Amino acid sequence: MSGALLQISDISCYYGAMRAVEGVSIDVAEGEIVAIIGANGSGKSTVMKSVAGLVRPRNGGIKFGGEEITGTPANKIIYKGISYVPEGRRLFANLSVRENLELGAFREKDRRVIDERIEQAFALFPVLRERADQTAQTMSGGEQQMCAIARGLMSGPKLLMLDELSLGLMPSLVEKVLESVVEINKNGVTILLVEQMVQEALEIAARGYVIQVGRVVRQGTSEELLASDEVRRAYMGM
Amino acid sequence: MDNFAQVVVDGLMNGAIYGLVAAGLSLIWGVMDVINFAHGEFLMAAMYACYWLGSLAGIDPTVSWIATGAFLFLLSAVAYKAVVRRCIGKAAMAPLLATFGLSIFLKNFCLNRFTPNFRLLNNTALSGKTVNIFGAIAPVPQLVTALFSLVVIAALYYLIKKTRTGWAIQATAMDAEAAELMGIDTERVFTLVFGLGGMCVGIAGGFMTGYLAVFPEVGTLFSLIAFVVVALGGFGSIPGALCAALLIGLVESFAGFYIAPVVKYVAVFALYLAVIMVRPKGLFGW
Repeated sequence: MSGALLQISDISCYYGAMRAVEGVSIDVAEGEIVAIIGANGSGKSTVMKSVAGLVRPRNGGIKFGGEEITGTPANKIIYKGISYVPEGRRLFANLSVRENLELGAFREKDRRVIDERIEQAFALFPVLRERADQTAQTMSGGEQQMCAIARGLMSGPKLLMLDELSLGLMPSLVEKVLESVVEINKNGVTILLVEQMVQEALEIAARGYVIQVGRVVRQGTSEELLASDEVRRAYMGM
Repeated sequence: MDNFAQVVVDGLMNGAIYGLVAAGLSLIWGVMDVINFAHGEFLMAAMYACYWLGSLAGIDPTVSWIATGAFLFLLSAVAYKAVVRRCIGKAAMAPLLATFGLSIFLKNFCLNRFTPNFRLLNNTALSGKTVNIFGAIAPVPQLVTALFSLVVIAALYYLIKKTRTGWAIQATAMDAEAAELMGIDTERVFTLVFGLGGMCVGIAGGFMTGYLAVFPEVGTLFSLIAFVVVALGGFGSIPGALCAALLIGLVESFAGFYIAPVVKYVAVFALYLAVIMVRPKGLFGW
């Protein structure tokens, strides 16, 4: 797929001498929702972090919109149109919701654009409007996750990477948050998901990659993966 | 009654200046977890700069604080880039010891260049003037310094709480990696924070030279008190630092007047010990 928006080609990542990811290639086309699934510690987050500039791959390359972005530092990646919502949300706990959102648009200098995006965020997650002046740490886990996603959208990204959205959320909330992801996607934002909740992730994604011990062991459309006995047995307990 | 008013006014004036010196220290600590041991020597550097501007170029401290503020912003930012940054992420004590070394260097540099003699600017614009506040006599140079300290502290607080730059500083302090993901260049934030911390003592030192003698050891006592203020106020909290500084100023002047001048610092440090034993996070710490 040479026309892919995001093209991860054969990357390997190490933490010290320990290999976390080996020879992983993933393509994401514009407008798609793609899920990377696998067990805890399989290396899926590392793949995402290497796109976000938090981990530098030792081998291989990453292209975004045809441009080589391998090794671009984290604080420059957002300027390329990639936004990464990290695992565990990582909101600025003592800042208000509104201030968190403002920082999501840190690269944006136009006041009108910022206010417009804040309004869009409130439209997407109405609860954030009520919480706007509360500090982030006073919100529930689900609200914090919504705030983290909203913050990730504030830069107006082409690609939104969501790392373990479901972590620490109760199942009914996971569904609600994933529904909002579909809505964001309908508004033209390409989505790359990393998820342990395989069934839920594949239900909204068009395609998926299964990662095991740092390698892609399977890939295909969500229907194919959901129908595969191997995937069902390993990740869905069936 | 007049004595009482005098003691209160003296205490508050000193306290406000301690507050400004401590605010810079507190900001750097709060954002970077670095204790800048050279903070007092930065104050000394500002006072020498102001002294030389006054005695060589005839510029009054009421004007030269702008220059010393800018000078210390630069000096402090350069000190960060050249010294502190290289130590961060190494051994925990490394930045502390590096700034300690920097303080010894600055002190001895001034000792060597400018001799240990006390130097006092004469005939500054405000010298000799006093105003009467509720029966207390306040020398105008001290009063102006104190009031300006409050203004600078308020401006610093506003910058941090209400501006996008301030949010970026707070975000960097809370979670530097997440701040990077927002497109914030945390390295630049650290440099800015160090510069702002230096600027606080730069402005304080500029004004203080209007009534205090300059000598290589002048920063030592101020930095010691600033450490106490920061610890007492709660690390990283600027309002906490201001309240603690005013408290210290009052304790100092009350103990000095009503007990004996020699015990004023005994009282200050005894208070510090007492508070830290009961509340290790300081009066306003979280």
